[in-house]
Amino acid sequence: MDFLYSIFVDPFVQMVQMPDFLLQVLWEGIVGGILYALIALGFVLIFKASGVFNFAQGIMVVFAALTLVGLYEKGVPALAALVLAVGVMALLAICVERFVMRPLVNQPDIILLMATIGLTYFLVGLGEFIFGGEPKVMIANELGLPSGSVVLEPEGWGPGGSPGLISLQKIDIAATVIAAIMIVALAIFFNKTRIGRALRAVADDHQAALSVGISLNQIWAIVWFAAGVVALVTGIMWGARSDVSFALEIVALKALPVLILGGFTSIPGAIVGGLIIGVGEKIGEIYWGPLVGGGIESWLAYGIALVFLIFRPQGLFGEKIIERV
Amino acid sequence: MNAATETAVAAEATGEPEVMLKVENVSLSFGGVRAITNISFDIRKGEIRAIIGPNGAGKTSMLNVINGFYHPQEGVITFKGAARSKMRPYEAASQGIARTFQNVALFKGMSTLDNIMSGRTLLMKKHFFWHLFHYGPARTEEIEHRRKVEEIIDFLEIQHIRRAPVGRLPYGLQKRVELGRALAMEPELLLLDEPMAGMNLEEKEDMSRFILDVNSQFGTTIALIEHDMGVVMDLSDRVVVLDYGKKIADGTPEEVQANQDVIDAYLGVSH
Repeated sequence: MDFLYSIFVDPFVQMVQMPDFLLQVLWEGIVGGILYALIALGFVLIFKASGVFNFAQGIMVVFAALTLVGLYEKGVPALAALVLAVGVMALLAICVERFVMRPLVNQPDIILLMATIGLTYFLVGLGEFIFGGEPKVMIANELGLPSGSVVLEPEGWGPGGSPGLISLQKIDIAATVIAAIMIVALAIFFNKTRIGRALRAVADDHQAALSVGISLNQIWAIVWFAAGVVALVTGIMWGARSDVSFALEIVALKALPVLILGGFTSIPGAIVGGLIIGVGEKIGEIYWGPLVGGGIESWLAYGIALVFLIFRPQGLFGEKIIERV
Repeated sequence: MNAATETAVAAEATGEPEVMLKVENVSLSFGGVRAITNISFDIRKGEIRAIIGPNGAGKTSMLNVINGFYHPQEGVITFKGAARSKMRPYEAASQGIARTFQNVALFKGMSTLDNIMSGRTLLMKKHFFWHLFHYGPARTEEIEHRRKVEEIIDFLEIQHIRRAPVGRLPYGLQKRVELGRALAMEPELLLLDEPMAGMNLEEKEDMSRFILDVNSQFGTTIALIEHDMGVVMDLSDRVVVLDYGKKIADGTPEEVQANQDVIDAYLGVSH
């Protein structure tokens, strides 16, 4: 009975007794979730346009952040370095289109996936060659991102009716706002505009897209550039929370369960999926983690994704393509 | 006899029919396989030109050459008076060549409306910078094109499936949506690859009517591949017949039907 009590009753008792702590955990979960959503967004963009899972999205995050910090260390002013980093991502997009995508038009998706794995290792090598393998510190302050924290003390939210204590990192607030703006802009762009329609067309059928005069080259370059900018923003935000190193690439794999949850083709799906994973793993870790000795944060996301794969393989918002036979 | 046929006949009477597309001595091979051997024919402005022949005769390859998917090793193609060597599909589309495909090639996840809107891609001129924000000139432009697309939807009588994802539509309707997408490009030359394949009689009659209406109302020149001989003979002004990648006959439906080589190709002959 004690065991069942500790699973089904005790965590909720804790939540009610210390609502300020619950809010703190929720907030951390939301911030983590938004950052997962940002990474997932990069994947969704390229998946929508080329039907390929871009394995290189993680390393693009690292590469973009390294470029930014590397340029700053070479003496370029922070904002100029930011602009230059965007330029580098544009250049990368054009090169990927010209040397990876273009020769592989009309090839099976698996070939494109392999190509992005190749691209991953190329970027790892290039990044280490240019910037070295040492972890770097993100130049968050220099870019004008806020530091410090806001402390809220809501009356009667603490244990036993005492004042509560919730602490919000300013950088987390900034990350949430920036990510939200970016997500809304991209959603409008891809759902309401000519380019967005062309992009979905390309994803569906290369030949038909060509026949109506859509330029595959232009669309792919735009999409990879958009994914590059998303990678840069993600790199700045993640980098500010830890540091800029190749280990960030692993964090990017957290986007996989987010994508399975939200659907590979849906921007709202990436956001909701990110939030569910972010909040879910924080709540799980804090309230249920101690039962199994902690550490469930690192695998809970994949567990949730697995359940989804069984019951709703296209994700929450994914396109369910029904083929007539 | 429709209006377009009359203009074609009138042009012929003056001795100088206006040629829209001219294919001269075109050969195409894939490695050692010859798909097309030394074929020449022309398509006159305003006519309905059929390309027929048994399976594997090179008909679809011919269309692919015309709209730039394939680049022939030999020969010249002249479109609207300009000869060209290697043309990309994008360029063909921007010069006014639209097409449909043998196995319907629609954007399956998108609605009928979006599929047809995608045909307007090249006609939307505003810089994509505006589209980035979906604001100002881009918005006005979008509305204008939407109006045009609604006209096409009315024309093809597919109002009821406007919002339906095309992947779920029956085959006959998919073919109609595909025609709509090609029409949205406001093409001068429309290439139709087996527009009636897999249709029942009623659907074939509807499609025939649409093809004739497109030709007479919009003045669009049409080249079509079709296996149903009844349809071909009824619709087309002139017919070119291919067999094993070679041209074996060219002329009016009556002439072609009477041609011994054509009869042999279709019925088989002991050599």
